[in-house]
Amino acid sequence: MWISKKPDILASEITPREVFEQRREFIKAAGFGAIGAALASAGLMNSMRAEANSPASGLQKISDFKKTPYGAGETLTPYDDVTSYNNFYEFGTGKSDPKPQSRLFKPRPWTVSIEGEVSKPRTLSIDDIFKIAPLEERIYRMRCVEGWSMVIPWVGLPLASLIKYAEPTGKAKYVEFISMADPKMMPGVRAPILDWPYVEGLRMDEAMNPLTIMAVGLYGEVLPNQNGAPMRLVVPWKYGFKGGKSIVKIRFTDKMPLTTWVRSGPTEYGFYANVNPTVDHPRWTQSTERRIGGGLFSPRIKTQMFNGYADQVASLYTGMDLRKNF
Amino acid sequence: MAAPFKPSSLQLSWIKRVLFLLALLPLARLIWLGMHDALTANPIEFITRSTGTWALVMLMLTLSITPLRMLTGVAWPVQLRRMMGLFMFFYALLHFSIYLWLDHWFDLMAIGKDIAEHPYVLVGFTAFVLSIPLAATSNAAMIRRLKTRWKTLHLLVYPIAILGVLHFWWLVKKDVSEPLVYVLVLAVLLGVRLWYRYRPASQTASRKPLPARMPKAG
Repeated sequence: MWISKKPDILASEITPREVFEQRREFIKAAGFGAIGAALASAGLMNSMRAEANSPASGLQKISDFKKTPYGAGETLTPYDDVTSYNNFYEFGTGKSDPKPQSRLFKPRPWTVSIEGEVSKPRTLSIDDIFKIAPLEERIYRMRCVEGWSMVIPWVGLPLASLIKYAEPTGKAKYVEFISMADPKMMPGVRAPILDWPYVEGLRMDEAMNPLTIMAVGLYGEVLPNQNGAPMRLVVPWKYGFKGGKSIVKIRFTDKMPLTTWVRSGPTEYGFYANVNPTVDHPRWTQSTERRIGGGLFSPRIKTQMFNGYADQVASLYTGMDLRKNF
Repeated sequence: MAAPFKPSSLQLSWIKRVLFLLALLPLARLIWLGMHDALTANPIEFITRSTGTWALVMLMLTLSITPLRMLTGVAWPVQLRRMMGLFMFFYALLHFSIYLWLDHWFDLMAIGKDIAEHPYVLVGFTAFVLSIPLAATSNAAMIRRLKTRWKTLHLLVYPIAILGVLHFWWLVKKDVSEPLVYVLVLAVLLGVRLWYRYRPASQTASRKPLPARMPKAG
């Protein structure tokens, strides 16, 4: 079978910090002339910055969450990179736009409506959601369809807990996540770049998979606005765009939802959007990725099938042609 | 009416020096940002984008010299054109080197695959390859040696410009507002040429002959 079965992270893949930094020193020592030296020092500073991982954001700390073994040994992407470089088109199409453009966004008070194929539609406050299940820290790789990736310590609850709480009926085959689209607080929504609001969705079994979480925080604090406050979906074996941000509606349906990027470019983006190094995007190579935070001289790394989570999720797609269902 | 400004040879040499330094500013900025750890979370993408953008800007400037002469009769800036063209090549070369080295670490298999399978990479690569002979024949000796063939060869700048802009257009995921600017600028620059060439005969009769192109070395 072509789907590789690998443990989550091989011990041999983890670069000890000292070795990692020695390489930088070596690159610096090797010298690349004036420009090279300048660029190398940029790379070095990047690795120094990585040590300053703890955020100084002023955001509220999440007091009670349990650690989990997910992502043990991974080098976390620095907080500053996680929170200054991402796609969130509601705040602009540039990856450095969301941080400055989301300053006026108000993630509280916040309500989430649960609707569609459920025994009883209802509206929950974000505080209710914090109490549905014990919060957990999940360190996950995040792979963007554009070919870059991060390692992010999310805090959230298993989506399965939220779904059980919502009590979907037997007819629910899919779950749809609808994001906030408020032109007053989200300047990107004023331009018709995408069909607002942003819609994402999962098949029910994908949504119930223990890896799927509804994140409410990162680095032990509540989510910054630019990362999808107050709650966002995280599906680590899929491309990042599957993770709807600032979710206001969860709707259970019997039909596959027409998601925003599928509507926008059906030849480029699929409903499943599983990380798959063997199926290229028309624009981007998917066989390798650039890990953010490595600086100028860190080479690309190989992209893993299902972003390295094949053991936990490959069985969801048994018998499916993943080239067709990209 | 005052005669249009025409620099003396001393003035021209100063204009060239200043322009040379100005054209190096985008590179100086990248080095400065690099030294201050300010190349964003994805520095390779940032410097790739920046050098690509400046190659396009230099190309548009190179192509604006002739329309300027057609519309205003001011001919002396043609003496700055070679420098602009070479700076376009300089930034395109940096752009391509970053792609080759920092982005792919000379993994030729991966690069070949990337060029073959992704149309935006293919058109960008083609534009770069086409610009190599132009840079190589930009000295006075080659102009003399190639005579009229030099002019024919340098018509390649038009496909290079179209492919370069297409490269940017196809790269963009959804928001085409930035590449659209280059599409419009290029359309105007090429449109003026076409209009000048094919404008009605009545105007042609009264039109002054084009001032000389002054291809002299300098």
